[in-house]
Amino acid sequence: MPDPLKLLADLLVYRVFRLHQGAHLADALNFFIYDVIKILLLLTAIIFVVAVIRSFFPPERTRQFLGRKRSWVGNILAALLGIVTPFCSCSAVPLFIGFLESGIPLGVTLSFLISSPTVNEVALVMLLGLFGLKVAGLYIASGVGIAIVAGIVLGRLKLERYVEEYVYQIKVGSADYVRPTFRQRATDAWAYTGEILRKVGPWVLVGVGVGALIHGYVPVNWLAKVAGRGNPFAVPIAVLIGVPLYSNAAGTIPIVQALTAKGVPIGTALALMMAVTALSLPEAIILRRVMKPRLLAVYFGVVALAIVFVGYLFNAVIR
Amino acid sequence: MLIQILGPGCSRCHETERRVVNTVSRLGIAADIRKVTDMKEIMSFGVLGTPAVVIDGKVKCHGRIPAAEEIEKWVTGKS
Repeated sequence: MPDPLKLLADLLVYRVFRLHQGAHLADALNFFIYDVIKILLLLTAIIFVVAVIRSFFPPERTRQFLGRKRSWVGNILAALLGIVTPFCSCSAVPLFIGFLESGIPLGVTLSFLISSPTVNEVALVMLLGLFGLKVAGLYIASGVGIAIVAGIVLGRLKLERYVEEYVYQIKVGSADYVRPTFRQRATDAWAYTGEILRKVGPWVLVGVGVGALIHGYVPVNWLAKVAGRGNPFAVPIAVLIGVPLYSNAAGTIPIVQALTAKGVPIGTALALMMAVTALSLPEAIILRRVMKPRLLAVYFGVVALAIVFVGYLFNAVIR
Repeated sequence: MLIQILGPGCSRCHETERRVVNTVSRLGIAADIRKVTDMKEIMSFGVLGTPAVVIDGKVKCHGRIPAAEEIEKWVTGKS
């Protein structure tokens, strides 16, 4: 079946703009138009569906559900629920307090806090659109895996005393959960989709644009030498680079995709993308309100180590 | 009528506040609109997802930005 998006990109570049097929600029532009349209369509469809699904998993319900679970089972469920429970970084504090107050262990709470921002819908769309199903699946599996393992490890470290004292004094009132109608869910999901598109749209353009330039102009051997398998520091450095790019999966992933096409191994690329979503500086600042510096440092340290480990693992396993 | 808007002060909370203020002033309803940013007070309503809107002590919505039409129904007492 001919790809209608490919036809559209060809029509625009070779007929409307009358650029010569095979020239660097023409091919880069063709690639840019194709990818931008594909990603914007995917973003609209997937974010809408995800937002509707998420409206059935409010955090109040997740909290009740996790309340009676202990370690291991609790960590696994928390990491999985982190995918479907809606999360914005400003809700991290009430979530954290609410979870601890209802008796959910600290480690289980942290499993949730790791998986929720890491496995996010924008990253998922970008991976699906640019890398395909396999890498998107690997990303979700490693995100959930890291959340489970890091949560269990952090739970064992007995860090409860590094939670700010006032957290344990707060009494959470009983909420009368307001069940939205299906129409409200759909309207909300649609409004949310628009909000996300406005926010990440410009970054998709920038990211795919830079990616297209890399595709056209960066030589293969140079990157493979600098960031390839031969350099054992490539993975930790990738994680460090990912930290200041916080939560900008839309701009980062197209660039990373171009880099992998030029010889950067997939484990290094995944580590960078995971650091972008999981290790966010603004989130750390928000969490400082409930965590003492030592807990915050251990929390981010363990997650960073887990990401580095996953990077090495995939570099070794996938050739 | 006491309308409380719960939220630590992110952009979604500001948008909710803006809609509530606009709706109330458009309908000419006398209401005391208060922002609740203190975490202790927010949690006392049992709400984990912000923003949330509370009218006369009753949680009307949480974890999402309500539409102007919804707010209109709440403040005119139709739901």
